Amino acid sequence: MGKTVRIYVMGREYEVPEGLTIMKALEYVGYRYIRGAGCRAGFCGACTTVYRKNGDYKLYSGLACQTTVEDGMYLVQIPFVPAEKPKYEVSEIKDVEDILRVYPEIARCLSCNTCTKSCPQGLETMDVIQSILRGDIKRAAELSFDCIQCGICSMRCPAEITHYHVAQLVRRVYGKHYLKKSKELERRIKEIEEGKYQEEIERLMKLPREELERLYKEIRR
Amino acid sequence: MSYPEEMRKSIEKVEETRDERLGLEINRMSLEEREEILKKFHPDYRPEAKREIGIGPNKGDLAPNEVVDLLESYPIVDPEEVDLSQVDYDVSLLIIGGGGAGTVAALWAHYSGLPVEEILISTKLRHGDSNSIMAQGGIQAADKPDDSPVLHYLDVMGGGHFANKPELVRELVLNAPSILKWHEDLGVMYDKDEDGNMLTLPGGGTCRNRLHSAKDYTGMEIMRVIRDEARNLGIEVLEFSPAVELLTDNGRVTGALLWNMETNQYYVIRAKAVILATGGFGRLHIQGYPTTNHYGATADGLVMAYRVGARLRDMDSVQYHPTGAAYPEQIVGLLVTEKVRGLGAQPVNREGEAFVHPLEPRDVEAAAIIRECYERRLGIETPTGMVGVWLDTPMIEEIHGKGTIESKLSAMYRMYSRFGIDMTQDPILVFPTLHYQNGGVEIDEKARVLGESGVIDGLFAAGEVTGGVHGKNRLMGNSLLDYNVFGKIAGESAAKYCKSNGKGRLTLDHVIRYMEALKKMGVPENRKSPLILPDYRGKKVLMRTLDLF
Repeated sequence: MGKTVRIYVMGREYEVPEGLTIMKALEYVGYRYIRGAGCRAGFCGACTTVYRKNGDYKLYSGLACQTTVEDGMYLVQIPFVPAEKPKYEVSEIKDVEDILRVYPEIARCLSCNTCTKSCPQGLETMDVIQSILRGDIKRAAELSFDCIQCGICSMRCPAEITHYHVAQLVRRVYGKHYLKKSKELERRIKEIEEGKYQEEIERLMKLPREELERLYKEIRR
Repeated sequence: MSYPEEMRKSIEKVEETRDERLGLEINRMSLEEREEILKKFHPDYRPEAKREIGIGPNKGDLAPNEVVDLLESYPIVDPEEVDLSQVDYDVSLLIIGGGGAGTVAALWAHYSGLPVEEILISTKLRHGDSNSIMAQGGIQAADKPDDSPVLHYLDVMGGGHFANKPELVRELVLNAPSILKWHEDLGVMYDKDEDGNMLTLPGGGTCRNRLHSAKDYTGMEIMRVIRDEARNLGIEVLEFSPAVELLTDNGRVTGALLWNMETNQYYVIRAKAVILATGGFGRLHIQGYPTTNHYGATADGLVMAYRVGARLRDMDSVQYHPTGAAYPEQIVGLLVTEKVRGLGAQPVNREGEAFVHPLEPRDVEAAAIIRECYERRLGIETPTGMVGVWLDTPMIEEIHGKGTIESKLSAMYRMYSRFGIDMTQDPILVFPTLHYQNGGVEIDEKARVLGESGVIDGLFAAGEVTGGVHGKNRLMGNSLLDYNVFGKIAGESAAKYCKSNGKGRLTLDHVIRYMEALKKMGVPENRKSPLILPDYRGKKVLMRTLDLF
C-alpha cells in the first residue's frame, strides 16, 4: 500500500489509501451500503456525510461520493432526513403569499446563513429563502437550481425550515407560471394531432433497410 | 489535485493547436467507415466477452458473459420457504422501480383513472435514486420549425443501426413534443429563450439541433419534478424494498415478492398488473468497465422477467459512453455529458491533434477514442496507469464566451472543481465508460411484455429494462424521452388492463420450472440472482468476514 490516511468512522479508526472518496474508503474498510449511496456521482443527494477534522472545531458536510478522504476525518453519514413534505397543487400557487401558506415557517428565517455554509453544492441557500420572502420567485428558482435535495440545510437550520422542499415548490412555480410556454412546441403538437407526420412515418416503417440508409444519408447532406 | 508534470506537457501541445482547431471542419465518417471502426475497436465486437444464453426463450442468443451468468442462476429465494397465502399489500397496480419510468407510469396510471391508493411503487434505493436523475445532457424532441418527427425517426433508426423495432420508434418520436409540454405544465425549468421557445443543441447522431436541456442537470430536474408530483398525489413508495421475484398464475403475472433490505423480511404483493421499471445493468461492469450508472443498476428486472418467460432483444449490444472521466482517480468512469461536445469541445490526442468529429453516434465516437489510445498509442497516461484522450473544454468558452461552462455545465464544472481541476482553463481526460443497456425485455407499442407465444398477461415494462426502442445503439437524449414516453404508455395500458381484469392466484410455479431447467443444464447451485447490489468491500476485509448473525 502506498501512502495512507487515518479516518474515524463513527469513532472507530481505520487506515485507508490516500486519494479515495469517503464512499470508497468506507467500502474499503468493509462497509457495504444499503442507505447512504445512490447515484455515486453527485446527483442524488443520498450520501451526505458530516465530519470534523482533528484539531478543528468546525462541522463540515459533503457528499461521500464527491469528497476525498483527509487524514484525521471523523465521519458519520446521514441515512435519512426527516422532513414534512406538504401536498399542494402547483397550478394554485403563484406568488409569495401562496408559498407562505404552504410553508409558513420560512418567515422564521434568522438569516444566520448556516444553511448556506452547510450546502455541499455551494449554493446560496439563505438567499433562496430571503428571495422568496422578498417576492423574487425567479431569483429563488435560479439560485436553487443546482440543489440535489440532500437535506443537510434543513438538518442544521435553527428555524426548522425545510429549504430543499421549499425550493422544489418555488422552481415548479417559476417553471409553470413565470417561464413562457413554447409556441413552437404547441404548433408541433397540433400538427402531430392532425396526423401530419403519421403517414410518412408509417411509410418509413415498411421500407427495406437499404432505402432507410439512403434517406438517413440524404438528411445529412 | 491538478495535473502532474507529464500530463501538463501534453496539455501545452493541446493549447498550441487550439486556435487552429477552432476553425477546423472534421469530416464525419461514412456508414461504411463507421462499420469498420466499430468492428475493429468497439468492445461489443470482442467475441470472448459474450456467450450464448443456455436457457429460456432466448436460448442460443449472444449476450455479455455477466448477463448470461445472471440468467443462468438459481433464485435467491427458495420457493419452498415463502408463504404466499398471506398478502401484505393488495393493490391494482404494482410498479417495480422508483426511477423515471416507474414514476411516470404511476402518474399516468392515475391520470387514466386508477385511484392513488390502488397504485404501489417498490424500489431498491430511495424514490428517484436512479440513472434517470443522473442524466445530464438533455432530452430529444422534434419541435423546432426546421425539424420534424420524421427526421427524428430516421436519426433513431440510423443511430440504432436500423435494428430498432419500428413501432416503438414511431411512438417515441410522435409522443416527444407532448411529453415536453407535460413537463412544462408540471413546471420543469427547461432552458428557453425570451419568447419561451426551447433552446436546443446538437447531439451525437442528430441531424438537427434537437437536445433540450435544463443546464446539465436535465435528468435531475425532470426526476425531482415528477417525484414531487407523485408525492403531492400521495402515491405510496416502498423504499429499500426491491422485488426479488414476480408471482404468476398460469403464465399471467399477478404480483411480486419484495424484500425489505433492512429487516430481511419479505412482503407478498398481489396486483392485477405489474409494471417493470427496474432500469439497466451498468453495475454488472461488463468487461470490467467502470460505469456511469447508479448503485442499484444490476439487471434485476431482466432476470425476473426472463424467469416468467419474457423475450429479450438486442442484448448483444452494450453502450459505452465515449466520454467517462479518466482522471482524477476518484471520479474514473463518471459521466462527462455529451453536451460538452455539443457545445464545441473536441476530443484531442496526446500531440494536440483532433482525430474524430466530436458528434459521431456514441458507439462510433467511443471506438475512435479506443483506437487513438490502443492502436495509434496517442493517448495520455495517468499516474495510476489509466489511458485516455483530452476533451478540450476551454474551446467552449472560446466559441460561446466566458462563463458558458459555469452557467451551462455547472454540474461538470462543480465535479471537476471538487477535485482541483478547472475545466475552463484546462482540458479534461476521458475514456469510454459503461453507460447503457441498449437491449432488454421486448415490449409491444402498448408497453406489454412479450413472451414466446405473444403478450404476457399482466406484465408491462418501460425504460432501460426494455429493448427495441434504441436498436443496437441509443442516441443521446433518447433515454429520458424513452422513459417518459413508455412510462406514460405503460401507465395508461396497465390502468386499462386493471379495469377489465381481476386478481389471480399467487404462485412461484414459473420459478420452480426454471430451476428444473437449470438443474438439467448443470448450473452450479451456488450461482444466484438477482444481484440487487454490487459488492465493493475491500478484499482484505472479505477474507476475514464471519457471518455470525
